[in-house]
Amino acid sequence: MDHPIDPALLAKAVLTARRGGVASFTGLVRNHQDGRSVLRLEYHAYSAMAEAECGAIVAEAERRWPVSVALQHRVGALVVGDIAIAVAAAGDHRDESFDACRWVVEQVKHRVPIWKREFYADGTEAWVDPTRLNNPLVPDPLEAGQRG
Amino acid sequence: MATVAPSTITLRVLLFATYADLTGRQQVDAVLPAGSRVSDLVAWFRGTVPGGAGLPERPLVAVNQRHVRLDQPLSSGDEVALLPPMAGG
Repeated sequence: MDHPIDPALLAKAVLTARRGGVASFTGLVRNHQDGRSVLRLEYHAYSAMAEAECGAIVAEAERRWPVSVALQHRVGALVVGDIAIAVAAAGDHRDESFDACRWVVEQVKHRVPIWKREFYADGTEAWVDPTRLNNPLVPDPLEAGQRG
Repeated sequence: MATVAPSTITLRVLLFATYADLTGRQQVDAVLPAGSRVSDLVAWFRGTVPGGAGLPERPLVAVNQRHVRLDQPLSSGDEVALLPPMAGG
C-alpha cells in the first residue's frame, strides 16, 4: 500500500468482544543501517505476488493459532520515522497473540517480494541485501512457512 | 527472434531491484526448449542476456507468483520472476 499506516486502526480491525489480547508490531524507517546514516528509502515490490504472499501469511497464521491477524506493508518513498510495516494479532489470550504476531513479521521478511533502496547522508544509495548484513541465517522462502 | 515451433516454450521473465539494474531491463522474453526447468532458464539468462552473468547461479525464483525450486518444470506462458534477496519488513 502507498498511503500511511495507522497501527491503531489495524488493531481495531482485529478486535472483537471475545478477544482478550492484541499483540502488535510496528516497523519504522530508522536513520542508520550497517553503520551508515540513512536519510530516506524506497520500497519496491513485485506487487501482485507481494499481495498474494501477505494474504497467504495471514491465512496461515490464522490456521496455526486461534487469532485474527491484520498486516500492512508500505511501498514507495519513505523517510526516517515513517511506519514501514504493521502487524496486529488478536487472540483470546496473550500467548497466541504474541506468537502469531512475531511469526507474521518473520514470514514477511523471508517470503514477500519487497526490496528496499536506501539513500544515505553521503549522497550514495544502494539496495539492501539482508543476506550480506549481520544476519547470516536467512532461510529459504520455501522453507520459511508451512506451505498450503 | 526465430519462429516459435511447438518444441519450444515462451516465457516472460520479470526482473526487480539489483537484477533489473544488472541488465537495465525490468522484463525479458525467453524462448527455451520444451521441457526446460527453472535451472535451464537461469543458465540461459546468465549466458545470453547482456548483464545476466551477474545473476547468481541459484537465485530465488517465482513462477506465476509462487516461490519455486530450481527443478520446477516450466510451461509456455509462465511468468517467471527472478527475485533478489528480499528486504521487506
